[in-house]
Amino acid sequence: MTAWITGCLILLLKLGIVLVGLLLLAAYLVLAERKLLARLQIRLGPNRAGPLGLMQPLADAVKLLTKEDLAPAKADRLIFLLAPAVVAATALLIFAVVPFGQDWVIGGRRIPLVVADLNVGLLYALALSSIGVYGVALGGWSSNSKYALLGGIRGAAQMISYELSLGLALVPVVMLAGSFSLVEIVAAQSRYPFLLVQPLSFLIFFVSAVAETKRIPFDLPEAENELVAGYHTEYSGMRFGLFFLGEYVTMVVMGSLVAVFFLGGWRGPWLPPLVWFFLKVLGVVFFMIWMRGTLPRLRYDQLMHLGWKLLVPLALLNIVVTGAVLLLLRA
Amino acid sequence: MLINYLPILIYMLIAVGLLGVIVLLSELLGKKTHTVQKDIPYECGMDPIGDARSRYTVRFYIIAMFFIVFDIEAIFLYPWGVVFKPLGWFGLVEMGVFIAILAVGLAYVWGKGALEWE
Amino acid sequence: MQIIFFILAGVALVTGGLVVFQRHPLRSALWLIVNFFAVAGIYLLAHAEFIAAIQVIVYAGAIMVLFLFVIMLLNLREPEAEAKFMHLGQKVGGIILAVFTVLLLIYGVMQVVLPPGKAAPPGLGNTESIARLLFTDYLLPFEVTSVLLLVAIVGAVVLAKSKLK
Repeated sequence: MTAWITGCLILLLKLGIVLVGLLLLAAYLVLAERKLLARLQIRLGPNRAGPLGLMQPLADAVKLLTKEDLAPAKADRLIFLLAPAVVAATALLIFAVVPFGQDWVIGGRRIPLVVADLNVGLLYALALSSIGVYGVALGGWSSNSKYALLGGIRGAAQMISYELSLGLALVPVVMLAGSFSLVEIVAAQSRYPFLLVQPLSFLIFFVSAVAETKRIPFDLPEAENELVAGYHTEYSGMRFGLFFLGEYVTMVVMGSLVAVFFLGGWRGPWLPPLVWFFLKVLGVVFFMIWMRGTLPRLRYDQLMHLGWKLLVPLALLNIVVTGAVLLLLRA
Repeated sequence: MLINYLPILIYMLIAVGLLGVIVLLSELLGKKTHTVQKDIPYECGMDPIGDARSRYTVRFYIIAMFFIVFDIEAIFLYPWGVVFKPLGWFGLVEMGVFIAILAVGLAYVWGKGALEWE
Repeated sequence: MQIIFFILAGVALVTGGLVVFQRHPLRSALWLIVNFFAVAGIYLLAHAEFIAAIQVIVYAGAIMVLFLFVIMLLNLREPEAEAKFMHLGQKVGGIILAVFTVLLLIYGVMQVVLPPGKAAPPGLGNTESIARLLFTDYLLPFEVTSVLLLVAIVGAVVLAKSKLK
């Protein structure tokens, strides 16, 4: 009985740490991005709140919390309230299947560093990311504003288009690992990360992941010089904050998925697994920020062409070629 | 096996609870002063013209239909990926035919200009 | 286990009812999504993890997005939906038809004799067993599915062709 209770307590503690860690990481990612973008544009970036601007996320949180929470007249209030939560919640929930370190053994008790190792972990992640579409579409629709609706529809169409290439890029990973479990996919990369054998899949997955987060160069749903702020035009206060938080948690989660599927997860020499995982995620996220500082926004037709005419056919071709090569190597 | 889902369920509850607390907190802390002007949806400072929810181009609708079809295709690919190694060449040819038929579909869509945005 | 099943089944039934009784089509669509999640939960209880996952991916993640698009793009609204069902004859006819359908369904369910249940084989959330069957014994239906999907693509293009020009 006591064993059961300690098990529960450890579980709760772990879940709490994961959630708080994710939120903190997302909050500091905002600061890191602002700092980095500033450097890329030869500015200083936020440096007033605390040393080096390190208290900036806290200041932002206080500001967002105390702002007035507006909802336009004739907005569908319930859906307007729920939409940002959908975005933030789906992003947080995907992380549940991501293994972020090797199992710990403390006092004879085995603590897996993953919330849950599901047999269908990969499908779970894809399913949740396909639910994220609703937050954007409903947020745009419920606002009863033209810009918001346009942004919402654009965003939804973009997300479903890139979900396709995102999913198809993972089929070679499944073929190599022979499993949907993220823990086993990491285990299958004990000799070499899948990046080395599947560079094309990696590229397709990474581009689709950036498109899923709706960031530059794929930020058409919120393109500020044509749609004001897109689907979250009418949002203010913490509800806007949840959209914002959702975007950065999604960045962290997509970074972890790239790390797990292509970079060997927590595996690496010399450093502890947890540190390796963290470094890999930060590396991917850094690249996303770098892209934002460097690339111009795509046009909508270019966006759709990239997804449907390049990434999807390429991903399909890659699956067949991967299959043929794998079988030839085995023969 | 189902015990695996218990941590996810708890995680889900904590995450949703946390988001709820955040929203509630902002509800309590934020000030509220409603005026008619403030509740007008933003339209560059002008009074909104017409209804926001008007009809949009059919292209978005077509994209959603294509998405369903190709999503179902992808759903067939995942289990195939799992048993790909035991199935061997037989499985590859089988899936090659499946993908080829749908590639014809994609080519048709492409040729008909349904993927163009103008 | 049984309690969880009854909770999920209850959620499925209630949300199913809400889908029908909502005035706004968009709300109906959202309740249907909740309904799909409850059904996915029931699949999970039956140890069909793969089916549960694709239930969410395909139904909640793809088909409902299309529904949502249609509702958003056609700009369906409450008054329009309301006005169509004002005739008394329609109401009476609807009720009679509904009662008849329910009776037929109950009769149908009573007729079914279920074979003794078999637990899914352990392992990959029975993905592997499904995949093995699908890609060997059910090879032909699988390939025919691709033709069916092709027809769906062609249908979608033909339907929208006049609008595309």
